[in-house]
Amino acid sequence: MTTTDMPRKVDSGPGRAVPKKRPGGAASGGLRRAVPATTLLWVLAAVYGFPVLWFVLSSFKPAGDLFSSLALFPDDPSLSGYKAAWDGANFSQYFINTTIVCVIATILTVGVSCCTGYALAKYDNKWLKVFFICILATTMLPSEVMLAPQFLVVRDLGLFNSLAGIIFPALLTATGCFMFRQFFLTVPDELIEAARIDGARELSIFLRIMVPISRPIMLTLAILSFQWRWNDYIWPLLMLNDPEKFTVQIGIQSLVGAQNINWSVVLGGSVISMIPLIVVFLVFQRYVMNADINAGLKD
Amino acid sequence: MTKRASDVSVSPPRRRSKYTLAPLVLISANVVLFALFFAWPAVIGLVYSFTNYTGVGAFQFVGLDNYQNLSGDSTFYDALSRTLLYTVLFVPLNFVFSLLIANVLVSRHAKGASVARVFFFIPWLLSPIIVGVLWRWLFGENFGLVNYLIEKLGGSAVPWQSNADLSLMVVVVAASWAWTGFSMLLFIAAIKNVPASYYEAAALDGAGPWRQFISITLPSIAPTSFIVILLNTIHAMKEYPLFASLNNGGPGTSNNLLVQYIYQTGFKSGQIGYASAASFVLMLILMAVAIIQMIVNRRVENR
Repeated sequence: MTTTDMPRKVDSGPGRAVPKKRPGGAASGGLRRAVPATTLLWVLAAVYGFPVLWFVLSSFKPAGDLFSSLALFPDDPSLSGYKAAWDGANFSQYFINTTIVCVIATILTVGVSCCTGYALAKYDNKWLKVFFICILATTMLPSEVMLAPQFLVVRDLGLFNSLAGIIFPALLTATGCFMFRQFFLTVPDELIEAARIDGARELSIFLRIMVPISRPIMLTLAILSFQWRWNDYIWPLLMLNDPEKFTVQIGIQSLVGAQNINWSVVLGGSVISMIPLIVVFLVFQRYVMNADINAGLKD
Repeated sequence: MTKRASDVSVSPPRRRSKYTLAPLVLISANVVLFALFFAWPAVIGLVYSFTNYTGVGAFQFVGLDNYQNLSGDSTFYDALSRTLLYTVLFVPLNFVFSLLIANVLVSRHAKGASVARVFFFIPWLLSPIIVGVLWRWLFGENFGLVNYLIEKLGGSAVPWQSNADLSLMVVVVAASWAWTGFSMLLFIAAIKNVPASYYEAAALDGAGPWRQFISITLPSIAPTSFIVILLNTIHAMKEYPLFASLNNGGPGTSNNLLVQYIYQTGFKSGQIGYASAASFVLMLILMAVAIIQMIVNRRVENR
């Protein structure tokens, strides 16, 4: 924070290499530290960025060039892989299915979590505390452990092979409830008391005052929920057996599980599936970065 | 703010608990979800683990047979030991890289950190399926870029897919790559919270950057390190999609991990009862992990 030379010298991170000393004061001291730290940072960034870059650039190579030309940039960029995935391999349908699941599940998740979080934060009943413990319990028992019985329950409810079977079990999220509970705990009770004195009823206080002020939390949870649902694999895999209802992830996995992988289609389809999340992330970056993901990753 | 918070806890609870209907309405949807998709499956899962249920028709209670059979099932043991090996490899690798990157990102000497952060974060956004496909593309045995470069440099092609151990290594690297972004975020928040005065004092005493990292940064972020290790361990124990798309648990069945084993026995072979028993073994392991780490953490904090 300060502009003196002292703290700069202090915090150099794990970059070790020390270039030879230069004459001069603060400016060159900063440079002396800046060069190794910046180099290390960008070497690491290049290493982390390269796989995605290579993958995306490869997807623009025509099918014939995929294995013959290992040049970084395609000589003859083409969208044939994308076309084959979108039309031929039915990715347009997968894309629509996944979008339906993500949008509906996200809206409902935010709604349910907001209501629950508000009740847990602002009302004081014994059975609410019991329910809070129940919500906590869901974080202890991961859904992977309950694959088989959960499947049987959803099947017996008649939701097998439907998008609803993917959406409804996903709405119960402890993370969402915690996020809203933590937020509403910081909202002063006087606000509610004042509204009560003015004659407002409980649910209209919630809908007209509390819901609007919780917009930042809604947005953060919406982004997280969208990501969880978009990337979900094992539950849709269990729920769906009709290729018309596949989600994008199932579609891709069915292609790479095939005997002979058509890489051109796989690359095109994969890149298509990455686009929505990267767009959402770039638009809402600051919300994602500030999200209190400490609360747990249970989805 | 804090004053208000304390007012809240002081105010008599009786006054507020007169509201029953409103909170009941507010939580009703979640209560239904909890009952249907958590409580009910949890109960029948436990019950089924003592039966020979196949998913359809009648079933019989077989007592502890499923658990007894599991203890003699070499496929289960292979899955279990492979899962543990994967966890033991993945967690430290992820820890070291995410901590290193977090440190570089918060260093004020590194230029362009806010842009570089995106490079580390994007892999975390990608689904495990895409991560698997992407690394399969890089590490293909006959066509992958990695083998191409190795051959170009005079080496011979490495059997990334047909050697079970190498195949596992590729998944470990891919998983670590994908999860760096998440652990890194937690570390960044923790490192930023270490008071700058600690470093200033250490610098006056002549401590170098490495010494400062060991003596100040590491101890200060211990609680976060604990959370990172715990979350990563639990995540690794449940890994499946990444294997599904990277090598399908192969070569053969050598890298079938626990969740895949549960999926195979439960849904491919229709042994719901047996798979439920395996699930409860997984659950016990996860709980044991959590308990051990809590004890370790408490000991570290009391020191």
